[in-house]
Amino acid sequence: MGEIGAYVALLGGKLRSMAAYRTSFAIELLSNLGSTVLDVVTVFVLYRATAVVGGFSLAESLLMTGLTAAGFTLADMIVGNIDDLKRYVRTGTLDTVLIRPLRVLPQLIFMDLPLRKLLRLAFGIFVYAAALVANHIQWTAARALLAVVAPIAAGVFFGAIFVLTASLAFWWVESGEIGASFTYGGRDFTSYPITVYGDWFRDLFAYALGFGLVAYQPALALLGRTDPLGLPAWAGYAAPLVAAPAVAIAALVWGTGIRHYRSTGS
Amino acid sequence: MIRMQDLQKDFTVRVKAGRLRREKRTVAAVDGVSLTIERGEMVGYIGPNGAGKSTTLKMLTGVLAPTSGEVSVLGLTPVPQRTRLALRIGVVFGQRSQLWWDLPLRESFRLLRHVYRVPAAEHEARLRRCRSLLDLDAFLDTPVRQLSLGQRMRGELTAALLHGPGVLFLDEPTIGLDVVSKQAVRSFLAELGATGDVTMVLTTHDLADIERLCHRLVVIDHGRVVHDGTIEALHERYGSRRSLVVDLDRPLPDGFTLPGATLTGVEADGHRVTFALDTASAGAAVAGLVSAASVRDLSVVEPDIEDVVARLYASA
Repeated sequence: MGEIGAYVALLGGKLRSMAAYRTSFAIELLSNLGSTVLDVVTVFVLYRATAVVGGFSLAESLLMTGLTAAGFTLADMIVGNIDDLKRYVRTGTLDTVLIRPLRVLPQLIFMDLPLRKLLRLAFGIFVYAAALVANHIQWTAARALLAVVAPIAAGVFFGAIFVLTASLAFWWVESGEIGASFTYGGRDFTSYPITVYGDWFRDLFAYALGFGLVAYQPALALLGRTDPLGLPAWAGYAAPLVAAPAVAIAALVWGTGIRHYRSTGS
Repeated sequence: MIRMQDLQKDFTVRVKAGRLRREKRTVAAVDGVSLTIERGEMVGYIGPNGAGKSTTLKMLTGVLAPTSGEVSVLGLTPVPQRTRLALRIGVVFGQRSQLWWDLPLRESFRLLRHVYRVPAAEHEARLRRCRSLLDLDAFLDTPVRQLSLGQRMRGELTAALLHGPGVLFLDEPTIGLDVVSKQAVRSFLAELGATGDVTMVLTTHDLADIERLCHRLVVIDHGRVVHDGTIEALHERYGSRRSLVVDLDRPLPDGFTLPGATLTGVEADGHRVTFALDTASAGAAVAGLVSAASVRDLSVVEPDIEDVVARLYASA
């Protein structure tokens, strides 16, 4: 309890600090919303040109976009700020965090939770819900459960990717935007049916890195469609499990990163 | 309380060698330091920039892991036991802040109470003590970003003490402060040290901090301890002596000598002379002078620690 109270206090400190800048918070809230709206609009624009993309209709494709948007915005709001690890290392915030009697990652998350991304999250969930309605899904108990679990698993998966890519900064403070190609790049990948991508690129991102299991496969299961690429029907239901190895790898790399930081001090 | 045994910290730096090639080179920031610090001691840690002071402090607080050697603070090993140790030590980094930039000072203290899980009554008692000793009341409701450096440092000290640490680490606590704020910080630390409950290790470039606060002085250079002892021992070792500056009505007679003292300077046509006191006491020297010459004024000058340390850095 004591430790949880400490994290709650850190979050409270963040909230109160933000209250000092109400106007700029409101502006950030809206500008953050804008970028997610654009991602979704892109999908509509694409289907203005053609009725079917990669074998999927607009509504079906929107389910993947919505699932991605809900999961990604959830992850981005909770751990997205870990992207700033480079800055935390450079400015010495990491040292300050290390002298407190709390774990490093939750401290960094709670003391800097980007609540300006709140509207984004709400919009992501809205798009997902709208896509569920638009698709006339044949509801079963398994599909209902999947509909709830899939976006959360997507959030956990993207969260792990955020932590994983941010950990680069432990070895390489000047890592720049390389991490973004996997976080934001991964989001863009999962927003569309993976049938639209070229062979080797699809194999790498969808299956070797697991992005195909985030939105595409669960969406197939929800829609009751067979995979044009040949995976069995149960794969969609099992897909959320991809979050587990992602978290394990992220935790391992993060822990190794902290140890490396402590042994080099850079 | 604090034990370091053959403590070593190596950093790998990449040095440019040729147009594209880079060579790895290992630099020892802390090079085999062994020290034991007892409960209630106040130890001053000095050394030129890059001597390894901050690196040592970071190893003592669990921020950095040693390359080799042993370190223990309050019976704990800092790196694997960082969070347990953090509850029992206080740390002030002069150039970092523990406080919430946009919140009133009072809020930071309240948040730290939760971070360190301190019972409300204990928290109140410690805060009350710091408020009166450090005069915090005038700016307790001011956002930290609006505080002067001196006010902020007083806040940082309080923040480091609210959980009642047994050991306090201070990394350049007076850096950048004006004279009055420096005095306030020093007298607060002196008072804290006088209770004997808190062991203190402080690094500084301002030797007045050491003279005022620390009985024991550790000088570190190139990662090695070059002196460990009292300030007096340092003076003794480097042959710095007190001196007697005397203004005379008439120059001293030719061939005048003062037993146990050496004439080191003659100014103003012999109307001002300076003696270094080798073995003679100041009293004996004054008596010897007054009996032989007509003395208008005199003063005893303590040896300057800055000079000693400058010589020490140069020779190391």
